[in-house]
Amino acid sequence: MPSDPAVRIKDLRIALPPGGERAYAVDGISFDLAPGEIVCVVGESGSGKSMCAHALMGLLPDSVTTETGEIALEGCNLLALDADRWRDLRGRRIAMVFQEPMTALNPLMRIGEQMMEMFEAHGLLSPRERRQKALGLAREVGLPDPARIVRAYPHQLSGGQRQRAMIAMALALEPAVLVADEPTTALDVTTQAQILKLIRDLQRSRNMAVMFITHDFGVVADIADRVVVLRHGQIVEQGSAQAVLIRPQHAYTKALLAAVPSMTPPPRSPLIDRNKAVDVIGIDKTYVTSGGWFRPDRTVQAASEVSFAILKGETLGLVGESGSGKSSVARLVMRLIEADRGTIRIGEVDLTQLEGKALRDQRRRIQMIFQDPFASLNPRRKVGQIISDGPIAHGTDPKLARQRARDLLGMVGLDGGAMERYPHEFSGGQRQRIGIARALALDPEILVADEAVSALDVSVQAQVLNLLEDLKTRLGLSMLFITHDLRVAAQICDRIAVMQRGVIVELKTTATLFAAPEHPYTRELLAAVPGQHRPVSLSA
Amino acid sequence: MKQFWKQMSRNPSGLIGLIILVIAVFLAVAGPMVFPNSPWRMVQRPFLPPFTLSSVPLGTDALGRDVFAGMIYGARVSLLVGLVSTLAALAIGVPLGAIAGYFGGRIDDALMRFTEFFQTIPSFALAIVLVAILQPSIYSIVASIAIVSWPPVARLVRGEVLSLRSREYVQAAIVTGQTSRWIIWHEILPNALSPVIVLASLMVATAILLESSLSFLGLGDPNLISWGYMVGAGRTVIRQAWWITVFPGLAILISVLGLNLVGEGLNDALNPRLARDGR
Amino acid sequence: MLSFVAQRIVKGAIVLLAIIVLNFFLIRLAPGDPAVVMAGEAGAGDQVFVTQLREKFGLDRPLPEQLFLYVKGILSFDLGFSFRQQMPVSKLILDRLPATLLLTMTAFTISLVLGILLGTLAASWAGTWADTAITVVALVFYATPLFWIALMAILLFSVALDWLPSFGYETIGANYTGFAHILDVGAHLIMPAMTIGLFFMATYARMTRASMLEVKRLDFVKTARAKGLRDKVIQRRHVLRNALLPVVTLAGLHSGTLIGGAVLTETVFAWPGIGRLMYEALLQRDYNLLLGVFVVCSAMVLIFNLVTDLVYRMVDPRIDFSP
Repeated sequence: MPSDPAVRIKDLRIALPPGGERAYAVDGISFDLAPGEIVCVVGESGSGKSMCAHALMGLLPDSVTTETGEIALEGCNLLALDADRWRDLRGRRIAMVFQEPMTALNPLMRIGEQMMEMFEAHGLLSPRERRQKALGLAREVGLPDPARIVRAYPHQLSGGQRQRAMIAMALALEPAVLVADEPTTALDVTTQAQILKLIRDLQRSRNMAVMFITHDFGVVADIADRVVVLRHGQIVEQGSAQAVLIRPQHAYTKALLAAVPSMTPPPRSPLIDRNKAVDVIGIDKTYVTSGGWFRPDRTVQAASEVSFAILKGETLGLVGESGSGKSSVARLVMRLIEADRGTIRIGEVDLTQLEGKALRDQRRRIQMIFQDPFASLNPRRKVGQIISDGPIAHGTDPKLARQRARDLLGMVGLDGGAMERYPHEFSGGQRQRIGIARALALDPEILVADEAVSALDVSVQAQVLNLLEDLKTRLGLSMLFITHDLRVAAQICDRIAVMQRGVIVELKTTATLFAAPEHPYTRELLAAVPGQHRPVSLSA
Repeated sequence: MKQFWKQMSRNPSGLIGLIILVIAVFLAVAGPMVFPNSPWRMVQRPFLPPFTLSSVPLGTDALGRDVFAGMIYGARVSLLVGLVSTLAALAIGVPLGAIAGYFGGRIDDALMRFTEFFQTIPSFALAIVLVAILQPSIYSIVASIAIVSWPPVARLVRGEVLSLRSREYVQAAIVTGQTSRWIIWHEILPNALSPVIVLASLMVATAILLESSLSFLGLGDPNLISWGYMVGAGRTVIRQAWWITVFPGLAILISVLGLNLVGEGLNDALNPRLARDGR
Repeated sequence: MLSFVAQRIVKGAIVLLAIIVLNFFLIRLAPGDPAVVMAGEAGAGDQVFVTQLREKFGLDRPLPEQLFLYVKGILSFDLGFSFRQQMPVSKLILDRLPATLLLTMTAFTISLVLGILLGTLAASWAGTWADTAITVVALVFYATPLFWIALMAILLFSVALDWLPSFGYETIGANYTGFAHILDVGAHLIMPAMTIGLFFMATYARMTRASMLEVKRLDFVKTARAKGLRDKVIQRRHVLRNALLPVVTLAGLHSGTLIGGAVLTETVFAWPGIGRLMYEALLQRDYNLLLGVFVVCSAMVLIFNLVTDLVYRMVDPRIDFSP
């Protein structure tokens, strides 16, 4: 499309406050945004991609300074503007959509009022006209029952609905440029698919230039016209989506693409003649919030008649979206929360019948790896203590336990010096490895990984997944792997159970599930995973 | 520990508070030995203005007693009462809050109703009633202040324990088979401690204010001289002898201010470390 | 909403009942004969009065019966008789209650308005000397005992400058009417109200400042800026509204301390309210009167808490009216 670029960024350099990890958040970046084009800016955490977006809107935090460079919007240099000119531009010519729709909306104002603010900020239209416009916008972004939504408060809407409302707000004044900062990262995969389609449709119908920040290459494959790859504040590669995704030039781009798990499950030998490591039978769990004396209680069914078995050496995946109950099931199996009904057997032992010391003794057979690498380690205890605490509690000699901790750290790829350090001195991926070492310290038979890689960058994620697979094979473990990411599930699970609203809707071997899904929800889930319909390299 | 002092030193107001506190404690402990005048003895003529005689630098009161001596001995009472009653309130509030937060359910409900009940009663009014009924003495004052001060502690500890209980590293401890007692002691309390320490320093300040208010109203221990009592005694003669009310009041102000500053300094010092740890 | 109010009233009534029971046991906690304790220092001399009390409260009968009689009495607004003042306690309290209400409501309004104003200013000037000045002033007022602020105010405005009267509700013997009366009461009201007001203003100012600085960093403020809204509008509509929520909670928490402050202030300024009544009861060792005032104070706090809770729920749409 040989038209003048809507936005031209040239040699942008944004300096971070002194004493940080590096000198520049963004170090000499140049690229263009053309009307009618979606440019995806991809990178891992800390690549500077979010700073780009904020720079374009003039919303950089006070602590950073723009050293050099120029951002030209339809000819005029944005970095030379004063506050009043910026305010005039914002919303009218260039608009932004943020990542977390819950915190990006004022919780005390109605949705409609927040939409109408867009017009009010630029002194346009009468109040009645603004209200009409707000309704029209709500309809355009596909919000159900616009009249009701417009009068609702943010906390009354779902995540997807809030994001639609934010998009409506951004488009109210028909800007030429839309900046979207990870707008779908916080959403479920099915909702994400809908929002991506919405953005694509709106962008096409209005011929906007869109800068779309993301870390997910699947999303890039689905909607990008051009791609810019960032690393440590510098552009590593840029070009058309076809070029970058199918024929990546730079080693970093190649590594990132290789780290994205494929949607095609690898062939796995069937597990026969194995004993059951875990047998879960008929688990029920309902959460009740009392309504007081005059109102009925509110009930949420976290698990309903959930049953499955994991064979020795098998990895069973539990996939679902938020609210599916998969995390609750993980905690029920670990007896971190008590089931209302049902049995959990580990080998021959009925875990649900045990209490007190008997329960604590059996706990060593099934261990957990948690999701949040920052919250799963006690910040006040040294790493060596964290790992050896478990065995010491079960009677192991402290010296032996510490030796074992050292060995385990080696097994997960960290050096022995880590024993004397505190968790905050390690990166997210390293902390997750420490978590794995802690889980292995008790010689468990079963590992429960609750979204263990969801909080990690994609390259780190690949490393940790490889580590888990390796350890599992070496130590003969069984694993219950909980995730919302179907790509990850495809790669490491033998069988997969799909959960929706507390019920297992389908449980099949991985290959069968992906090749011929039966339940409509499974089909919907599989179809929603981004990056399947475009370039070959992501489906290979 | 070294990091802690570094943080504190970066906070000038916290340092000022600390200096004030050290001076106050020093005066309270060593004062009576350095300035041996008894506050009860008549040493000069009544209503001697301050800054006129070097042996009674802050003047005398209606009965010719040394105001400065009164302030030194008063420091003992106020600081002691403040400290002991806070410790007593902590002794009640911390276990209550920890148990309520950790075990949840009906125990939590019952304990919280109990705490709420005490929080609804106007604290100063209850303190007055308690001291009046139990007859004013240093013991009844300490007891009353402790009784009206423990609810916020219990609430805070309960809140911290609740949030910590669902923290993933606590769940990891449960999963690796630790006993409840071990978990509360090793995982929960060390992380819940810093807000409690901050609250404790602010509580000592409030306790001193409460004690002085009670003494002002005449509910102080009749055998002990305290700052509040001096202000109360000087009230009727304020037109002739302003110094009897001004100086003890200033002493209260400065001590409480010092404690508040230390509390805030502690808050700043203890929190950023945790924030850094968490990220 | 109605069911919520009804539930809260019932809960409040239960708490009040518990306080009354507490009173009952407190009397028995005092050293000596409960009848003598209830008669007070003055009444203890009069044997007839003491015997009357003994009969009325059934002090010779078993404990549960005594409790029942006591609670029944209070619930029918019979709070006892003050021998010293020769009046039923309930009448004494009712006579003095309006003065306290006037004082506390004025003080509360002053503290809230001034506090929020100063806190907002401090937040918008954060980091400058003006901010430090406001913070220091707030810190000092927060650390100063109420009775001392009162006395210093008297020293300055009554003794030194002779601008304001130092005690009472109105100038005795002047018999002002209409507007002149209001002015006269106002002149007497300023110092006591400001005394209490300044103390609490400090807390609200600091809370407002901290809250505003925190809210400013939240995402929806960024969204508002991204819309191109003017800073003033953002401050008012987005920051302030959200920042004031914790202040409302704080106001509720402080209702008890407000009453306590009234006791001290009314004592110093001889303001004829129930706080001063409490002080008189202390002086006269009139325990019945003391406890009666205590119950009324508690009831006031309960009502105030209910009102602030309602206000909070109305202002924050995220919290509905379920208990």
